[in-house]
Amino acid sequence: MDEGPTARILYTTCPESLDISTYPDQFPLVFCVGKLDVLSFSCWDRFEGRMFEIWEGLKAAFWLIVMFDAELWEISLRSLRVTLTALLIASVIAIPLGTYLALQRFRYRRFVISMINALMGLPPVVVGLVVYLLLSRSGPFGVLNLLFTPTAMIIAQVIIITPVIVSIAHQSMRELWAEYHDLLISLNTSKRQRVLTLVKDGRRNLLTAALAGFGRAIGEVGAIMIVGGNIDHVTRVLTTAIALETGKGDFALALGLGCVLIGIAIIVNITIHTLSQTEREGRW
Amino acid sequence: MNALFPLELRQVVVRRRTKRVIGPVDLILNPQGPTIIIGPNGSGKTTLLRVMHGIERINAGQVIWAKDDPAKHAFVFQSPIMMRRSVAENLAYPLRLAKLSAAAINTDVDHWLSRIGLDAVRDNPATRLSGGERQKLAIARALVCKPEVLFLDEPCANLDGYATRDIEVLLQEAAAAGTRLVMATHNMGQARRLAQDLVFMLDGKVHETGPAAQVFAAPQTDALAAFLRGDIVP
Repeated sequence: MDEGPTARILYTTCPESLDISTYPDQFPLVFCVGKLDVLSFSCWDRFEGRMFEIWEGLKAAFWLIVMFDAELWEISLRSLRVTLTALLIASVIAIPLGTYLALQRFRYRRFVISMINALMGLPPVVVGLVVYLLLSRSGPFGVLNLLFTPTAMIIAQVIIITPVIVSIAHQSMRELWAEYHDLLISLNTSKRQRVLTLVKDGRRNLLTAALAGFGRAIGEVGAIMIVGGNIDHVTRVLTTAIALETGKGDFALALGLGCVLIGIAIIVNITIHTLSQTEREGRW
Repeated sequence: MNALFPLELRQVVVRRRTKRVIGPVDLILNPQGPTIIIGPNGSGKTTLLRVMHGIERINAGQVIWAKDDPAKHAFVFQSPIMMRRSVAENLAYPLRLAKLSAAAINTDVDHWLSRIGLDAVRDNPATRLSGGERQKLAIARALVCKPEVLFLDEPCANLDGYATRDIEVLLQEAAAAGTRLVMATHNMGQARRLAQDLVFMLDGKVHETGPAAQVFAAPQTDALAAFLRGDIVP
């Protein structure tokens, strides 16, 4: 059998031959959907090669973590710093705003809530572009020299995740307010006391809102690539590093970084849930 | 003598959208009590209580207190609202709103937990209490700030005899301590045990009112006589 890079795939329903060397990336798909009579050994080699890369990626992730790779730690810590800072700022804005929207009746309230819900789907690339234009030298905030700094990345992430947190916080606070409404009104509470009570008693729901924001921020790549520039030792974070390594064809390292990213997301979630005792029996 | 009373309702009307819920209602509550409001479902008992407490917006008429001080009111709802906190924290909440010192709050909370028999579960979530325990906690939370008037909306609905007796004892103690009780109930036995004045609501209006002994002995209207007999009131 021919060992070259091509294979002839014969379709029983469509007697047409196909040269898969012209569709290298679609190979697994062709393999699955086509009714194959003949398959070259070179195709198997390529399939095995891809599996090998995944395995190599997992091994690379393991060794990068075990060996305390300095660059990996630097990138990971920068990812965490940028994301957690953005999360903190967004939460400070979003949680009181979500609670206020649940409590307060005002004209155009429904429109405001609809807009915030719509902004949950804000395209990160567009956010990145707008922040880039605002922070670029000729932009209104160019004088601040923030473009291609972690601060610019934090600004972009705050814009992206604030609507997510507001929306989820508003939803949970609305339900809690419906539950507490009569009691808090009958106790003659002030608006400030109501907000503080709802935030305190709904803190676990608010934590979920914040974690949803964290999930969106830690995996974000489009906006921070534009405003951060993926500069080594300055603005490179896990997601932009994965994009870079994939572009370079170093799939093993990209996969390794991906595993670290997923690991960080899981560890942060578990840590926060454990500290706040959300799943402890007898709690709310 | 309760300084907040007499309370007078003049031509009070409450509508929801186009539907009239109560009214026009004319009623005077004197300082002596307790006053028990009875009537069939949907007759407007709860709405009348909410109007008096000030948590229901009225569309017409006036609610005139001798001395209006909402901080001296308390309300117990038919379905007790338990905050997502521990039993002790639920009791402490109104005391914190009143800005009492931590020591005073602890003393009052300990006293009331012991009084309602929930000191063993003080740190448990209040939402895990039984129906009777929840209602006792709700009444204790209402009484902890020593209100001058306590409105109760069917506080013993769906409770057994023991829980009802415990709650009635609590209410009688509160009344003896000077808290004016205004309570809606379906339980005629409870109304006979507690009432000094009786208000019979029918179709959103005060159909008959007067001293309880007199009203129970000789109802002036056929509707109240039928209601007291347990007949279905049209």
